[in-house]
Amino acid sequence: MTEYFWLIPFIPGASTLVLAVFGKWLPKKYVSYQACLSVLASFVISVVSFLGLLKVSPENLPLVKTLFGWIISGVFSANLSFQLDPLSTIMALVVTGVGFLIHVYSVGYMAHDKGYTRYFTYLNLFTFAMLILVMASNIVLMFVGWEGVGLCSYLLIGFWFEKDSAASAGKKAFIVNRIGDAAFILGIFFILINLGSGEFRAINEAIGGGLVSQGLATLIALLLFVGATGKSAQIPLYVWLPDAMEGPTPVSALIHAATMVTAGVYMVSRMNLLFTLSGVAAQVVALVGALTAIYAATMALTQNDIKRVLAYSTISQIGYMFIGCGVGAYAAGMFHLYTHAFFKSLLFLAAGSVMHALSGELDMRKMGGLRKYLPLTYPTFLIGAIAIAGVPFLSGFFSKDAILTQAFAQRQYFIWALGIMGAVLTAFYMFRLIFLTFFGQERLDAQARAHLHESPRVMTLPLVILAFFSVLAGYVGLPVVLGEKANLFTRFLEPVFQPGHEAGLTMSMEWLLILISVAVALCGIYIAYLFYLKSPHSPHRLVSRFPRVYKLLYNKYYVDEIYNAVFVNPTVKGSEAVYDNFDLKVIDGTINGTAAATGFTGKALSLFQSGLVKDYALALLLGVILFLGYLLL
Amino acid sequence: MIPISYFFVLSIVLFALGILAFFIKRDLITMFMAVEIMLNAANLAFIALAKAAGSLHGQVIVFFIITVAAAEAAVGLAIILLVFRQKKSIKTEDMRLMKG
Repeated sequence: MTEYFWLIPFIPGASTLVLAVFGKWLPKKYVSYQACLSVLASFVISVVSFLGLLKVSPENLPLVKTLFGWIISGVFSANLSFQLDPLSTIMALVVTGVGFLIHVYSVGYMAHDKGYTRYFTYLNLFTFAMLILVMASNIVLMFVGWEGVGLCSYLLIGFWFEKDSAASAGKKAFIVNRIGDAAFILGIFFILINLGSGEFRAINEAIGGGLVSQGLATLIALLLFVGATGKSAQIPLYVWLPDAMEGPTPVSALIHAATMVTAGVYMVSRMNLLFTLSGVAAQVVALVGALTAIYAATMALTQNDIKRVLAYSTISQIGYMFIGCGVGAYAAGMFHLYTHAFFKSLLFLAAGSVMHALSGELDMRKMGGLRKYLPLTYPTFLIGAIAIAGVPFLSGFFSKDAILTQAFAQRQYFIWALGIMGAVLTAFYMFRLIFLTFFGQERLDAQARAHLHESPRVMTLPLVILAFFSVLAGYVGLPVVLGEKANLFTRFLEPVFQPGHEAGLTMSMEWLLILISVAVALCGIYIAYLFYLKSPHSPHRLVSRFPRVYKLLYNKYYVDEIYNAVFVNPTVKGSEAVYDNFDLKVIDGTINGTAAATGFTGKALSLFQSGLVKDYALALLLGVILFLGYLLL
Repeated sequence: MIPISYFFVLSIVLFALGILAFFIKRDLITMFMAVEIMLNAANLAFIALAKAAGSLHGQVIVFFIITVAAAEAAVGLAIILLVFRQKKSIKTEDMRLMKG
């Protein structure tokens, strides 16, 4: 069955086609079944491929299936071909597995929306594009998936396009991503020019064979990483992700938490040899990741919108993944990607369930005490929060700890310190969210109160399944202290990531680092408890003590305002100036001038046209005489 | 034996008369006849040369010209007829549709 792995992207693709063409005439029930089952089918094939892959010896990896030559032009060619290796398998499993649960959840969440079929068409299209991205065997086809997910992201953020804010959020996401993509495309061009092929195998062979100089590797790696900062919402291109929360909540869970935004991490991991060779680029990745991790976490502290807190948390967690990649612990980065997909989509879906219960309320100041009304949402939300906070024995702990330990072992103490601070903040803002939403006084609107209800089974079931994985998913990647062989995840990925980044830490040091991680997580939770449960007035006192800091954080460091002032407004003003001066005056002037000149010449020449046949004959005669005269004389 | 230059002179005179008539006369039928005279002036020159050179080529061309002239007369007269039906006149100055 493994050889059919190339079908994984095409099943949701075919489903998209059917929904897009015939969707208008299909009953709602059929649409739900087809959309969900197509992703489930992909998931089943992914599982089968995964099991098959375990039996393949590492020398034969990756398995490549070439469907046909797609672009053939001179020396350059790109195939429509897919590859199966441990990295793409993990991504395919995450995309289809989490994707399926979110499809199911959406059936309940979007039940009363008038764009139901359109929604599932886009969602299936997204799955298709994302699977192309992760399974492509060359960087050109990968870019197709990369742009495809960007398009779906735009379509789904602006899904409720009647709302002005949603439409402009979609536009913002699209334009910010274009900036990153421009650099990404340049990186691809440099690869194609210098290596002659976009196939990942060929790229790796060229790097392994010493055909790539360090300078070139740095250039390409940095260009690709700029693309990754756009797609994965890192400094400086993260600004679109918080606004992307205008889309439906399951979309936020699938695209803007679990899968698409991690594409950058996947891409960096896929090109790991390039980044390792460069050195400088890897350091940049780690630094940007660490700065983003703590920077986004500080912004999450003061937000009152439940989804925005999660959005900033996502940015911060992706920062952690980049720390892992940057310090050479690609497996740890991928591991965090994999656990994050579970607990972050769980958090988003649970937040969606809260919103559903409160008739669409997003503001945490109008929640509180929801614990007893939402008997399933509350415990699952809590599990997600514990997992992301890094409390031991849940998945988030294992992955975050793996990254930080590796950072420490590579002597990146500054980055490690930033990561630890970020971890305190993570635990704090997640439990702030939990306490504000589920504990304390009820601060509900009367209207929301009247409709308060737990979500239907179709929505809570995915929550339970995701909660289950949020707890257990970490056990495939136990820390090294529990034995060299305990980390199955890293061992599975060994054919992709070169080994040799062994952490040179003593046992006691490792235990100490783990203890520090645990301590900071508990510490963050305890501070949140003090602030929001024990003495709910202390946040206000703190705000009045440091009004400037609070204002800075609440307004997200004014980055949107700065970007508007520095980039957006000059561009708009400049465009208007060009329109007024160049378009209207130069271009329109040229065209109108040409028309006027032609008209004038025509008027003048038309005087010769008397309309009398004799005049024409006379002109003919004179012409003949002149011609003959010329010939004879 | 009449010298060949006589034929040429006659041909030139006929041709000049044709041109003159074409520019002086104002109704289409007379102008049409002027054109016929010019054609026949050319015919005369061809015949004379054919005779002098002892070749049949010139005579063949004359047959062609006569045939074409016959066809042209048919079409030309039909056009003049239609013009007359529309305008009730065959004077050239009454037809100035193409004036710029």
